[in-house]
Amino acid sequence: MKPFGFLLLLSGWAIVFAAVALLGQPGVRIAFLLAGIGVEVTGLVFVVRSHPLLRGARE
Amino acid sequence: MTPTPVANLSETTVAVCVISILLIPLAGAGLSLISAGLGRARSSSHMMMGSLCVISVAAIVYFLFGFAWQGYAGSPGLELVIGAKGWNWIGSAPFFFRKMDSRPGVLLSALFGMFSVGLAGLIPLGTGADRWRLGSICGSTALLAAWTFPLFAHWVWGGGWLGQLGANAGLGQGFVDAGGSSVIQVVGGLTALSIAWILGPRRGKYTAEGMPSAIPGHNSVLVLFGCTLALVGWMGLNSAGAVLFAGVGPEATILIAINTMLSAATAGLISAAITRVRFGKPDASLTANGWVGGLVASSAACAFVVPAEAVVIGGVAGALVTFSIEWFELRLEVDDPSGSVSAHALGGLWGVLAAGIFGNVARYSLPGRLPNANSSPGGQFWAQVVGIATLIGLVLPITYGLNWLLNRFYPQRVASEGERQGMDLYELGAGAYPDFMTHSEEFSQHKI
Repeated sequence: MKPFGFLLLLSGWAIVFAAVALLGQPGVRIAFLLAGIGVEVTGLVFVVRSHPLLRGARE
Repeated sequence: MTPTPVANLSETTVAVCVISILLIPLAGAGLSLISAGLGRARSSSHMMMGSLCVISVAAIVYFLFGFAWQGYAGSPGLELVIGAKGWNWIGSAPFFFRKMDSRPGVLLSALFGMFSVGLAGLIPLGTGADRWRLGSICGSTALLAAWTFPLFAHWVWGGGWLGQLGANAGLGQGFVDAGGSSVIQVVGGLTALSIAWILGPRRGKYTAEGMPSAIPGHNSVLVLFGCTLALVGWMGLNSAGAVLFAGVGPEATILIAINTMLSAATAGLISAAITRVRFGKPDASLTANGWVGGLVASSAACAFVVPAEAVVIGGVAGALVTFSIEWFELRLEVDDPSGSVSAHALGGLWGVLAAGIFGNVARYSLPGRLPNANSSPGGQFWAQVVGIATLIGLVLPITYGLNWLLNRFYPQRVASEGERQGMDLYELGAGAYPDFMTHSEEFSQHKI
């Protein structure tokens, strides 16, 4: 779960960077930028939720 | 794209900048005292020893590799051409400060970076209190100083792609961070979060059901004195950073000191008020965390806002840090004795965003950047958002990955015997407060 979360974090950042580097129209760019941030937030949720699971697994 | 030259500084500016930079170690001393005070007595000597090691390792590794990869405004860098535009990714100056430009602006950037990377390295130290081995502290700091910090510092301060967002993508003047809310504080704070995840909580912190137990800090006097020291250091940090990376004149450092003071004061008072309302009495440790959060949040926009806006920035930071510390401990089960993740990572992220909301960046000519006369509406805000997305989406995986790798080869957490004895005795062989310790052999010898 944690590696998948980190993968989503990186993917979200790649979408954000692609939006600012490749898209010129402000509306489309902001839409993609927000989509990238959404992917990052999803990844962060996965990473954060996996932490207590790991702790519980050790006990 | 031709690199733009580093700002030529007047003698007065150089003098103000040198004095400001020489105050930065006080911020480090403040953070060390805060971390020591919020930890257990039996690990406090280890904490201060760890602080010295962090500052030393960070300075040496930054000299060896870090500054070469960070670079400075106008220094050579490696560019990737994407979308018919060049995006500068990493500095390519020689290692070991060789062939360094002798202009004061460059030398001051190197000195500022050397102190800043030490400050960033001190942030995770409090998070790993009572369980982080000294060797691992040095290893993790070396990774931070060699790679994570210089990489992000290059993107923001060294003419890198985040700074180019204005010229290349029309987003305001590009990502701005005058005093290091992102480059120093968030990078350090995200490393602290990674360390907390990798080390796991202290023994006895959580019950099997996941309920946290209170492990209070051992000396609130150290904590509150550390806050005062940190204030002085932060005034130097923000002033020097604004001169070097925001292009302000020496006269602006007065306003920067006012903004820094107001932000910290508001944040501290808001934290004290919130804890007073919630718990019946103001909480010293949370107030200290709020104070630090206010300092952290003040940095990014210190040169671009008026005092009333600094008050708002500090107030939000104080509330954010106070609530998030509880949230991290109760909901996310992150054991962070010094509150570093909340104060530095979240406080810094808010500071960066606040620079986009309140900062009047357009009227400044930022060193090393091509001016952008055709910024889209709200462009500066979106530039800051891209910076935040980079910190969370790229810097967090990098710093976690590096520390995870280090942990595979050299376990970062101390053995359980070390936690039971305390880090002072286990790793250093002597405690910070020998007078307060009772030894069974003494009792038997002296028949007390």
